[in-house]
Amino acid sequence: MTTTAPTPAAPAVPTPPGGALTLSRTTATAARVLRQLRHDPRTIALLIVVPCLLLVLLRYVFDGSPHTFDNIGASLLGIFPLITMFLVTSIATLRERTSGTLERLLAMPLGKGDLIAGYALAFGTLAVIQSALATGLAVWALGLDVLGSPWLLLLVALLDALLGTALGLFVSAFAASEFQAVQFMPAVIFPQLLLCGLFTPRSNMHPVLEAISDVLPMSYAVDGMNEVLKHTDMTAVFVRDVLIVAGSALLVLGLGAATLRRRTP
Amino acid sequence: MMNSLSADSPPAVHAAGLTVVRGSRQVLKGLDFTVPRGRITGLLGPSGCGKTTLMRAIVGTQANVGGTLEVLGSPAGDASLRTRIGYVTQAPSVYDDLTVRQNLEYFAAILHPGRALADHRRADVTRVIEDVDLTSHTHALAGNLSGGQRNRVSLAVALLGAPDLLVLDEPTVGLDPVLRRDLWNLFHDIAADRGVTLLVSSHVMDEAERCHRLLLMREGLFLAGGTSRPEAGGDTPDALRALTPAGTVEAAFLHLVDEAAAASRAKETTTR
Repeated sequence: MTTTAPTPAAPAVPTPPGGALTLSRTTATAARVLRQLRHDPRTIALLIVVPCLLLVLLRYVFDGSPHTFDNIGASLLGIFPLITMFLVTSIATLRERTSGTLERLLAMPLGKGDLIAGYALAFGTLAVIQSALATGLAVWALGLDVLGSPWLLLLVALLDALLGTALGLFVSAFAASEFQAVQFMPAVIFPQLLLCGLFTPRSNMHPVLEAISDVLPMSYAVDGMNEVLKHTDMTAVFVRDVLIVAGSALLVLGLGAATLRRRTP
Repeated sequence: MMNSLSADSPPAVHAAGLTVVRGSRQVLKGLDFTVPRGRITGLLGPSGCGKTTLMRAIVGTQANVGGTLEVLGSPAGDASLRTRIGYVTQAPSVYDDLTVRQNLEYFAAILHPGRALADHRRADVTRVIEDVDLTSHTHALAGNLSGGQRNRVSLAVALLGAPDLLVLDEPTVGLDPVLRRDLWNLFHDIAADRGVTLLVSSHVMDEAERCHRLLLMREGLFLAGGTSRPEAGGDTPDALRALTPAGTVEAAFLHLVDEAAAASRAKETTTR
């Protein structure tokens, strides 16, 4: 009977099968990611303080032309969360892959969706804090002139952060080392940065580049920010922009989930 | 008494013609073997002979597996097995930036999610920390522990939730003799008291003495212990010791390696 005797120390407890997504496993994963970050206060400080400092810097670079600051500042409020979340997520998931914890988790009843949603939730929370501070600072302390509601700025910033998380998760599958993961930033983010309309309106670009910028999600992130900047109401263009950014984020998250394999060669 | 019972119950692992291809290399070249329940089976062989690949196939994380491989009555990799197998990889797979307890709490929450089971999880975590003798380091960051301690955290994760099968990849590498003895005592307790099946790999032959049964592996094939070469006999430490005058498992292994090498050389000359 030895083989079937229940363990006295740990009575059998029903384990819900690992579906694609279980709420408690997702929140446990998000809590774990945030706990890891809490042991690394310097990263948190850098994440939150650096965008604010850069906005202050920018404000005084354009000291003589506040209108330029309005344009670029609003765009950057959308771009900062995307870049920082991209970097943090790609390194964090790469670590998860190389340390063997991902293999262990996928051999356990954890759904791939749980892992992805857990990361998105954890970094999304961080992005809310970062974006709220940066937006608040820009609008109230640095005099960023926004016609629309600052809440809409925050919404776009949050979606941008989610997009950054999604892209980071996705590219970490193709990086074999942290060196490579960091190099994906210039490869994936910089072209979007150049083409998103930050430096010159997209309509002024070479038609080929304009067409390319039409399919890059960051273009719509910056577009959305500019809509809030120039209009008091929520415009149809703004809604389109928000939907496109959210849709791209979900699409890339799905692609990221596809790169998580329970069986590896 | 346990022997007869283990022989009657279906084996924990049953493999027939098991192959694994990694890239262009065939790592496992057709293995036939069983792992009996409630016993400690040692998987021994030199580094790079395919031990880890075999373990990954059993756990269900290895791709390109051919042949038959049944684990606890289900095909390897089946979703129902994910709560029933505890797997410890060679390198400790825990989060360095979490404490011992936080690591275990997270993995416990994956196994037994939900607020209703919080008390159960707390007790389970405390139990496994005691099992691996890390109570004094409960609140230390895993990254600040020594290599052997981190290995034990990784082992504790595998002990969560009372698994039926424990697959341990070189769990005692880099540990001092006292700890190694303590861990082997723990393995024996787990097998005897909880009826858990253990598959433990090692490349240190003196650990073979501590196992109930042995599988000796070389270059993706079994030298002894598998059913693919019954003529080699010796699937227990005693049987292997009887094989050579020296009377040690190590001598038997070396003897079998030389024999296999001579056989493959002979084969080459005849085909040439």
